[in-house]
Amino acid sequence: MTEAASHLPASRLGGSDIRTISKVDVGLKRRYAAERRFRAFGLAAVTIAICFLAVLFGSIIGRGYTAFQQTRITMMVDFDAGIIAPDGDRTSAAVMSGDSFRFDDLIAASLQRTLELDPNDEDGLYDGLDLLSKGSAPLLRTMIAKDPSLIGTKRTVDFYATGDVDAFVKGSIRADIPESQRLIKDKHIALIDRLEKEKALHLAFNTGLFTNGASTRPEMAGVGVALVGSLYMMLVVLALSLPLGVAGSIYLEEFAPKNRWTDVIEVNINNLAAVPSIVYGLLGLAVFINFAHLPRSASLVGGLVLTLTTLPTIIIATRAALKAVPPSIREAGLGVGASKMQTVFHHVLPLAMPGVLTGTIIGLAHALGETAPLLMIGMKAFIVDYPTTPFDPATALPTQIYMWATEPERAFSERTSAAIIVLLVFLLAMNSIAIVLRRAFERRW
Amino acid sequence: MGPLWLLALIAGLSFFGFVLGHWKSVVLSGKARGALAARPGYYGAYVLIWTAIPALLILVALSVGRPFLIEHTVRVNLPAQVLTNAQQLSLEVSGVEQVAAGLKLVTPEELEDIRIGVVAARSVFARHGLPLGEDVKPYQLMAAGTLNLVSDGLDTAIDAAVVAALAFGLIFAFVRVKPRLRARNLVENTILALMIAASSVAILTTVGIVLSLLFQALQFFSMVSPANFYLGTVWDPRFAAAGSTESGQFGFLPLFWGTLYISFFAMLVAVPIGLYSAIYMAEYAGSKVRSTAKPLIEILAGIPTIVYGFFALTTVGPLIRDYVALPLGLGTSGNNVLTAGLVMGIMIIPYVSSLSDDIITAVPRSLRDGSLALGATRSETTRLVILPAALPGVVGAVLLAMSRAIGETMIVVLAAGVAARASLNPFEEMTTITVKIVNQLTGDLEFTSPQTLVAFALGLTLFVITLGLNVLALTIVRKYREQYE
Repeated sequence: MTEAASHLPASRLGGSDIRTISKVDVGLKRRYAAERRFRAFGLAAVTIAICFLAVLFGSIIGRGYTAFQQTRITMMVDFDAGIIAPDGDRTSAAVMSGDSFRFDDLIAASLQRTLELDPNDEDGLYDGLDLLSKGSAPLLRTMIAKDPSLIGTKRTVDFYATGDVDAFVKGSIRADIPESQRLIKDKHIALIDRLEKEKALHLAFNTGLFTNGASTRPEMAGVGVALVGSLYMMLVVLALSLPLGVAGSIYLEEFAPKNRWTDVIEVNINNLAAVPSIVYGLLGLAVFINFAHLPRSASLVGGLVLTLTTLPTIIIATRAALKAVPPSIREAGLGVGASKMQTVFHHVLPLAMPGVLTGTIIGLAHALGETAPLLMIGMKAFIVDYPTTPFDPATALPTQIYMWATEPERAFSERTSAAIIVLLVFLLAMNSIAIVLRRAFERRW
Repeated sequence: MGPLWLLALIAGLSFFGFVLGHWKSVVLSGKARGALAARPGYYGAYVLIWTAIPALLILVALSVGRPFLIEHTVRVNLPAQVLTNAQQLSLEVSGVEQVAAGLKLVTPEELEDIRIGVVAARSVFARHGLPLGEDVKPYQLMAAGTLNLVSDGLDTAIDAAVVAALAFGLIFAFVRVKPRLRARNLVENTILALMIAASSVAILTTVGIVLSLLFQALQFFSMVSPANFYLGTVWDPRFAAAGSTESGQFGFLPLFWGTLYISFFAMLVAVPIGLYSAIYMAEYAGSKVRSTAKPLIEILAGIPTIVYGFFALTTVGPLIRDYVALPLGLGTSGNNVLTAGLVMGIMIIPYVSSLSDDIITAVPRSLRDGSLALGATRSETTRLVILPAALPGVVGAVLLAMSRAIGETMIVVLAAGVAARASLNPFEEMTTITVKIVNQLTGDLEFTSPQTLVAFALGLTLFVITLGLNVLALTIVRKYREQYE
């Protein structure tokens, strides 16, 4: 615009106008440069923010994708009845009780066979056993206890390799660094090569990551218990916060008289949405655990606390959705003789439902990633067994990530990233559903 | 019956009640439907409400009261000499509860043996897979026996009360179903009452937060004076050893300094980036760029903070340590203020940018057009006209982001460190209010020791600070909106 003004024919302007224009012209170059700079700053800010996002995702995925595969060692195991059940008692109880070293003997025997070791070569045997997870013997024991008819037969069994072997096979422990600084020694590398040649050692999809519970051995640790715990919590949150949130917002939006009291509730809800989540954790600890004596670490308590944290989000979203339904709908309903309640439940609420569900799903997604309040109520325990009801102790996906993040071992770091990827996939799925819902049912009045 | 079974029973009978009510109203009215005061569904709902609500209320009330009754029974049955102090008492109660759990496992013959003292209860329990820390004392055995009796009795009583309430409600409402009953009004009033109850949950939550924090914090302040807490410069709580009288020092100032210093760096990252991208989105970007870049930036707000914490711990922290702190000789730790602040800043960008974007877009078109018509460039318009007009709103957005930063937990737990110190070097470990809340509440909790209770005093302080910032920010934003509406 300024440019256009400066090119007007001089003959049509008076002397003072010409002076003004030349004054403007002097600064014009500088002002355009400032304009370009300002615009570049804006673009740079957007780019930097998006780059942060890319770096964040890149670093997590780069660290974690390898954890979805795991090194296994497949060996033929001779379930020798003389070793497993020396006294002839083949029941599950007999297998589970007594000396567990006999299962180590089974593993040692099959390792000797697979590697074709000299039976007197004890060092070679111990080096070989170093490659196998220390959880192999218990694994074998539960396998036999589950199916005692295996005793006396021969089967191939997939054993887990240790976390270090796994890291070596995947290339994150490199062979070219000096042996003294390497977690995998030269003798182990030789054995790994031999096992690979025998086709005994291979990479397979890591199902244990999704099914196992907590373990001190990274190769045996998984997010199974955490997934179930998170699922229970989400069910509790959904069952409580959706009805409470919808009922509360319908009252506030459609029935409540506009007075001091509803103003207080309104301000209060907005403030609750911004209260730090750790404060909700303190509330849960003081009220649900210390006062009401609900069990610690239970997913029920976690669900209750998360319900309180998500309720403001759901109420705010529901009220926005109800507000978006035009008053003509209500007037039409009342006009044909419906009661106020009937109008709301038969007409307004169904029309607002897509917005309500979108808000609920986004609230649930927030709840799924919430960590701090769960730490307060003790959902960071070492839990191996699946919880059967929401009253049993459990962990949650984010708290499991927290526990693994503080473990020093490399293999746990890889698993932490993998668990984060799992969490992010869930969040992505939930948010996509919310977006699809909004696109499909959104109505412009 | 467990609570889940009772809930299922209530659900089943309520449905049955609905069907009965519906059926009776239809039968009574016969062909003359017009004689009914409400549609049949409302009669069904009327019976359903009478069946479900009293039973549910009784179930909830009794389930909440159960632990108190049980603890009371245990306490009554303990000899006076073990009831010396509160800490001892809670240990004794959990001991008796363990013995009670053990007694449920043993067979009747073994129970008889234990009673006449032939075998030690501890060895019998161990055989059933319940190892105990010490031998079972006779009075514990007595108390545990009573406890089991009382808890079984209570369970039966809860079952009976719920079933009675169900039966009474169902029959009462069913009998009252008549064509002249104004079922719709009754049902609608009940629903309205339920909705009012639901909307007051928000108020109850606030009251609950304030009361629970206040109650425990006051207990803490009875042991450590508020002046020592808020003005103390040394944080050294020691460990909460059972029975120790030593309490250590609880200085709040180093934690507060750490919190503010980290938030300062977070704002240093978030405010320029967030504000500039908001301006770019609102004033320059075309609709295509806007519709892709805006959701992308908002993803940053949807990522759980534990993920940022891990990112800071494993990626940003080591980078800053190896390439900045070590060469400059300023620090040796991957946990430092700068890492936590930087990553927190990234997390907060969308909080600043979204709200600022809304506020900038809300500035009336006429202001913008007027300035452009006078010959100002876009950047001049933005800097000299729009930003001053939007300033209160932008300040509100920044304050809200600030309150997020102060209350943020997981990033600082993983990335800032645990050493409570107040220094100016951003490459040193420092700690925050939230980190110490988490630290003090992990492990065994003794709700009588200052080491545990201090977390609630910290929580109360945090709540007050963030609430103050939020109220201020929301008032500013609200005032601003009113100005242009």
